[in-house]
Amino acid sequence: MFQNIGEMLTLFWRTLKSAGITWRQRRKIADQLFDIGNASLLMACILSLFIGGVLALQTGPMLVERGLASVIGGIVGMSMCKELAPVMMAILIAGRIGSAMAAEIGSMRVYQEIDALQTMNINPIHYLVVPRVAAISIALPALVIFAILTGWLGGALVCAFNNEISLSFQGYFNNLKDVVGMGDVLNGIFKSFVFSLIIGVVSCHQGLTTIGGPRGIGRSVTKAVVNSIVLILILDYFLTRSLLYLE
Amino acid sequence: MNEISTTETKTHALGVDIQGLQKSFNGHVVLNGINLTVKPGEIFAIIGPSGSGKSVLLKHIIGLEKPDSGDILFNHRSIQSEGALEKYRLAMVFQSSALLNSLTVGENVGLFLSEHRLKPPSEIRRIVAEKLAVVGLEGLEGRAPSELSGGMKKRVAIARALVIEPQLILYDEPTSELDPLMAVTVGHEILKLRRKTNVTSILVTHDQHLAFGVSDRVAMIHEGKIIFTGEPAQMKNSENPVIQKFLNAKFNS
Ligand SMILES: Nc1ncnc2c1ncn2[C@@H]1O[C@H](COP(=O)(O)OP(=O)(O)OP(=O)(O)O)[C@@H](O)[C@H]1O
Ligand SMILES: [Mg+2]
Repeated sequence: MFQNIGEMLTLFWRTLKSAGITWRQRRKIADQLFDIGNASLLMACILSLFIGGVLALQTGPMLVERGLASVIGGIVGMSMCKELAPVMMAILIAGRIGSAMAAEIGSMRVYQEIDALQTMNINPIHYLVVPRVAAISIALPALVIFAILTGWLGGALVCAFNNEISLSFQGYFNNLKDVVGMGDVLNGIFKSFVFSLIIGVVSCHQGLTTIGGPRGIGRSVTKAVVNSIVLILILDYFLTRSLLYLE
Repeated sequence: MNEISTTETKTHALGVDIQGLQKSFNGHVVLNGINLTVKPGEIFAIIGPSGSGKSVLLKHIIGLEKPDSGDILFNHRSIQSEGALEKYRLAMVFQSSALLNSLTVGENVGLFLSEHRLKPPSEIRRIVAEKLAVVGLEGLEGRAPSELSGGMKKRVAIARALVIEPQLILYDEPTSELDPLMAVTVGHEILKLRRKTNVTSILVTHDQHLAFGVSDRVAMIHEGKIIFTGEPAQMKNSENPVIQKFLNAKFNS
């Protein structure tokens, strides 16, 4: 995996250099966005509702016991927006969208469709990679906003209806508002933007370098998902570290 | 995206020189010193046994494969040099058709014009309809490639190549999946395109009717080398046992 990082960086660089054509590809980007939204929005919301809920469930009773019920909102709110929403959504999108991108581009490689593009002087990076990376880098941060909000809501619901916590909506959200600032939300959105570039570039790279037949496509899909997730989790640490310095 | 010259192509016929081309895949030698000269405006057929490297040769000519050694020249200039391939309008009909499965037939045929923004959409629609009619597929613009038969895909691929109005066109088995009548139509189109635009055509085929019917010269590739080049009549009269055996293969019942 790591020997390909150079190639991926090259692909990333070439994609950036071609970013000027993004506007020309807006129809393809819109199609991709629609696909991503369609495949993931509901799933993202359900997932984060439960993540927020489980956070409250794990921390709530313990804090209540120590008389700290008032800080639950802040804890759930902060962990959701700075860490869990960006990372969980990135993993979800790597699994749902990154895999599909690698499969689609991989089969185009195997069935010579990319060769055909090249003979027509159509740059596969312009035609295939730029619209996908652009779409995912819009979609993932947008999904993360939904995820943060539903995650907060999930926490609030558990706090309100769990007998061991019994914290009102108002108590929960008042604390959340005090603790979580706009900067923290932006922090999470920024992280998800970086993750989206990782997913887009890793998946397109895997697709483009597919060799062999259907098994090759399968291999590419697996590698796209696994490599994206590994890179996201590793980079998450360093990204968090540097963002903490900035604060 | 590269600038594509839209000037009248008739005056810019393209000559192809292949010099000492060698290529191996994982130690298995496929091309072992291919030398060929295709003159501007010529229709040149290449025949040879299955697996002898004909498709690999075509991929080298259009820049999809890089040679281990040797060179290919377009009008005396190496295609390895910067921008040499982009300078010319090239087209290839793939053996497997290689249509884009995510696009409709019409979008496939018009792809070159729409991606390079050479014509307004209404004009593209007109040209696509015209080229589809040429290969006997009028009205199929809205179909998905997966809904077509093998031979129909091949014809769409030919239409897609015709739209480019290339200076050099490479056909890899253009008639392998077509019925005899359709094969004749395709042969006529190959001739007509040359008359109209003086395109240079290189044609790989197992179809002897097509090879001998339309080409100016024929070459035979065997075990990675060109063992014969000449006019169709010369090839038929060649004494070379490999060629005779290949051309006269029959059932002996
Ligand atoms: N990408 C590749 N990797 C490894 N081997 C390859 C590759 N492409 C072609 N070959 C090998 O090169 C040889 C020639 O293949 P090619 O497709 O050019 O044959 P062909 O002459 O076109 O045959 P046919 O008439 O059946 O189409 C074959 O032995 C094939 O296995
Ligand atoms: Mg072949």
